[in-house]
Amino acid sequence: MAWNRDEQAARAARELQDGFYVNLGIGMPTLVANHIAPGIDITLQSENGMLGMGPFPYEDEIDADLINAGKQTITELRRSSYFSSAESFAMIRGGHIDLSILGAMEVAENGDLANWMIPGKMVKGMGGAMDLVAGVKRIIVLMEHNSKAGEAKFKTTCTLPLTGKNVVDMVISDLCVLARPAKGEAFRLVELAPGVSLEELRGKTEGAFEA
Amino acid sequence: MPNKLYADAAAALEGVVFDGMTIMSGGFGLCGIPEKLIAALKASGTKNITAISNNAGVDGFGLGLLLETRQISKMIASYVGENKEFERQYLAGELQLEFNPQGTLAERIRAGGAGIPGFYTKVGVGTLVAEGKDVKSFGDEGYILETGLVADVALVKAWKADPYGNLVFRKTARNFNPVMATAGKVTIAEVEELVEAGALDPDAIHTPGVYVQRMFVGKDYEKRIEQRTVRTRDAA
Repeated sequence: MAWNRDEQAARAARELQDGFYVNLGIGMPTLVANHIAPGIDITLQSENGMLGMGPFPYEDEIDADLINAGKQTITELRRSSYFSSAESFAMIRGGHIDLSILGAMEVAENGDLANWMIPGKMVKGMGGAMDLVAGVKRIIVLMEHNSKAGEAKFKTTCTLPLTGKNVVDMVISDLCVLARPAKGEAFRLVELAPGVSLEELRGKTEGAFEA
Repeated sequence: MPNKLYADAAAALEGVVFDGMTIMSGGFGLCGIPEKLIAALKASGTKNITAISNNAGVDGFGLGLLLETRQISKMIASYVGENKEFERQYLAGELQLEFNPQGTLAERIRAGGAGIPGFYTKVGVGTLVAEGKDVKSFGDEGYILETGLVADVALVKAWKADPYGNLVFRKTARNFNPVMATAGKVTIAEVEELVEAGALDPDAIHTPGVYVQRMFVGKDYEKRIEQRTVRTRDAA
């Protein structure tokens, strides 16, 4: 059986190390926060200007001045700090954030990432995605291995406009974990989801990886 | 000291708005937007505005109000996904749009306010964002040239101000507001509360008053929420 979204998020959470400052993208990556292991202390960054993002508020705690980058109401913690957007992206671009977990439309075997626009469709904008992939120390992509149309999303080259070149360090899909030891190197198969064979994975993957 | 305090948003905009002007408008989503100034700018009928703002509001609120009335002809933003009228005007070719990566947008505004005409960044290298831009190598990496941004008028929203225009923002409503305050030829701050001189801790002021030319106290803030997410108290 392939991993479901929660299991994928739990697998991604195993990449978190004690003391990490982490930025989680919108969608499946936000689920990672539910799976942080006991004893692992993580500070979440929200690029609209907060470190130390807390959980959703109780109904009587809702504060319109306190939201995350997905525009969801959140809470603060004893460790929290607030800052401007310029400061927020200084810490992102300057390499001070340890890890970012993002969604993707396509990842290429050379680490290129496409996750912000489909030509011919209304483009909503890249938001902070290009800044995150350019500046954060390590980039993990959480995505379905294949699109709804059945196409492989780990590709030889990206066909969609790029978010960043040579930026992805690890891909966690519903079928497997692919990772590379350093940018510029080839992806290797780290782990198969339970019940997924290498043969099946190869049949559903376009981009090259070392088994 | 010249009086920076105006009666309301309309009074604060008087004499500084003109057709074809460039504005900056603070906020992230609908959080920390200058909602009174946007409404007054709509009422002023100012046309052909270039608006620099991270987002474009929603239908019927925030910058969405100025899109409905076709007062904005160009947007410089990082994400505009929440606005149907925006989408319609853009697809019909009625609205110019320039996307910037969010941090590049913030840094262009910071640079503009700090007297820096351009800077090199690795954000967007090898993407559509880099097209037509100067590329320079530092060490073994390529960086693209981005330019500083300034505005004729910067519209910002703060929590508290003192009579000198020193500003304090609240929680994540800070976002783009303090950087935009530095990059307006005229910066107008709308605030929730005006406090006496000396009431703000000088060590805790986010925007020093030198950046603020005009201000007023806004009343009855709507502070709309886009995604109202909550948790429930489990019966233990």
